[in-house]
Amino acid sequence: MNYTQTIRSAIRALRGNILRTILTMLGIIIGIASVILIISLGEGANSSITSQVASLGSNMIYVRAGAQVAGRPPTSSNSLKYADALALADKTRIGGITAVSAVVSTQAEIVAGGQNKNATIQGVGSGHAEINSLEIESGEFITAEDESGYARVAVLGPTIVNDIFGEGANPIGETITLKSRSFRIIGVTKAKGSSGFSNPDETVYIPVTTAMKVLLGQDSVQTILVNAQDSKKVDETTAAVKDFLLEEHKITDPTLIDFSVGSSKDALSIVNNVTGLLTALLAGIAGISLVVGGIGIMNIMLVTVTERTKEIGLLKAIGAKRKDILTQFLIEAVVLTVLGGIAGIIIGVAFSYLATLFLPIPFIFQPTAIILAVGVSTIVGVVFGVYPAQKAAKLSPIDALRFE
Amino acid sequence: MSSKPPIISLKDITKSYVIGDSLYQALKGISFDIREGEFVAIMGPSGSGKSTTMHIIGALDTPTSGTYVLNQKDISLYTDDQLAEIRNREIGFVFQAFNLLPRTSVIDNVKRPMMYGGVPEGQQDTRAMACLKLVHLEEKALNLSNHISGGQIQRVAIARALVMNPSMILADEPTGNLDSKTSHEVMTFFQELNRQGHTIVMITHEPDIAAFAKRIIILKDGLIISDKPNKQFLAKKIL
Repeated sequence: MNYTQTIRSAIRALRGNILRTILTMLGIIIGIASVILIISLGEGANSSITSQVASLGSNMIYVRAGAQVAGRPPTSSNSLKYADALALADKTRIGGITAVSAVVSTQAEIVAGGQNKNATIQGVGSGHAEINSLEIESGEFITAEDESGYARVAVLGPTIVNDIFGEGANPIGETITLKSRSFRIIGVTKAKGSSGFSNPDETVYIPVTTAMKVLLGQDSVQTILVNAQDSKKVDETTAAVKDFLLEEHKITDPTLIDFSVGSSKDALSIVNNVTGLLTALLAGIAGISLVVGGIGIMNIMLVTVTERTKEIGLLKAIGAKRKDILTQFLIEAVVLTVLGGIAGIIIGVAFSYLATLFLPIPFIFQPTAIILAVGVSTIVGVVFGVYPAQKAAKLSPIDALRFE
Repeated sequence: MSSKPPIISLKDITKSYVIGDSLYQALKGISFDIREGEFVAIMGPSGSGKSTTMHIIGALDTPTSGTYVLNQKDISLYTDDQLAEIRNREIGFVFQAFNLLPRTSVIDNVKRPMMYGGVPEGQQDTRAMACLKLVHLEEKALNLSNHISGGQIQRVAIARALVMNPSMILADEPTGNLDSKTSHEVMTFFQELNRQGHTIVMITHEPDIAAFAKRIIILKDGLIISDKPNKQFLAKKIL
């Protein structure tokens, strides 16, 4: 039996009833198209989030006050002191670190030139710009001297400058008031866009020392950010930071830890896991429509076998064996689902491209999704085509020839 | 007559069907031989068992008892797939209706048995065209089967029947759907093939059509009641 001849005659049979063929394929087309669309958008969303997380600084290690250990009450949230940040910044005591920034964060009203605006105020160390890949548009960032000298200076995000001083204004040297204290503006950061967690463009940065003493009246910090020297050794440096602080805090039992340490790499893998899970879930739901489509194929193939009983009788009379008839009807079902699958891929890719024009995510063309789609539609064809094909193959030639 | 063994040898063939609770005996023991080069018409009214005989001769069905030797092979106990192979190689069928695959070109219809018979694709076109030439339909090779006339359909079926060089052509009411003029043409054609040496077995209930054969077997109620040379035909031949 010649397969190319069989495929040609299958296509001919499917062309014979083109409307029915298209309607039957529709289930597969919709199923494959929606799986492709969801996987493609999922990948796009994933890569968009990944690049946002990476823009936070890929070498970043963060230390947070307080720790949650299973089976123990959460520890105090003022366990992290400014002294810890100073200790981490001491290159004679711990290596592999290029910058350290202790961070405290609060919301406050900014008043300047008769305008006021609520904004996030971050008290940060002089290393903050390096760790977070913040760039300066004009002026300068908070210096080590500002930090150690409790300077009343501020660096503004560009959105705040626009809102308070107007588009394109140069606020360097001007004064803003936070909680009745005045701060001299020394710099403006470059627009960076929201990272999903915070928006640096709408943040006011002041020295962490000033923030603690003047604004908050506390000696603890919320977070210490550390920049690892070597992006390949982020994990080792993270462990070193943890050991160093355990020693600083004189904790010998690691289960009594009162801070938590992580890296942007950890955050990235969590985000990847979540988006991956969501994509798989949605693709699974879309996959259900493939099963429904497959049942449609089976239904139509059963009708086709009945309609073509006489034809099957004729083919058996001129020498078709069971296997020949089985192959012919199976190939017809597979041609049906594979053509549906190809149409589904084209529609799915087209729709995901269109969707990315309106969504803030990149268009990602996934060749593996296409291989998967063709594979799945072939399997659907075989699984749902085999029963009708067997039914056809088992027909006795005389019963089939007599059929009216 | 030829001293070669017969192409077909039926001995005490019976065939019973179970219909509901009762047993229906369609053939009650028939025996006859057909030799190479014969043109035999099997006649009988409906219910006589001629269709059942056709099914058994055509290897479409197996007898309940008795032996059927086709071309020196006892095929009485063959499996479905073995019978399919016998049909493919030894028998060329021409049916009353539904002879051709719909929406399929004439040549592809003629090529079908070769597809099942494992003839290399490269030879299929040449062999199909040669057979279409025999039935004078080579210009219609690319026409769709539903775009040709009833007489042409029967001739395409004959071309397909010849394409595997079978031992015999088995025609089941080949003119049942044709007007008398076309019937006459098709029958003359069968006679022509027979003159060329092809063995032809034809089932019919019409005496006019049976008259084209050289030998007529008449069945009634599952038994042979007459098996004689066709005097009319022989008379014609003498004339």
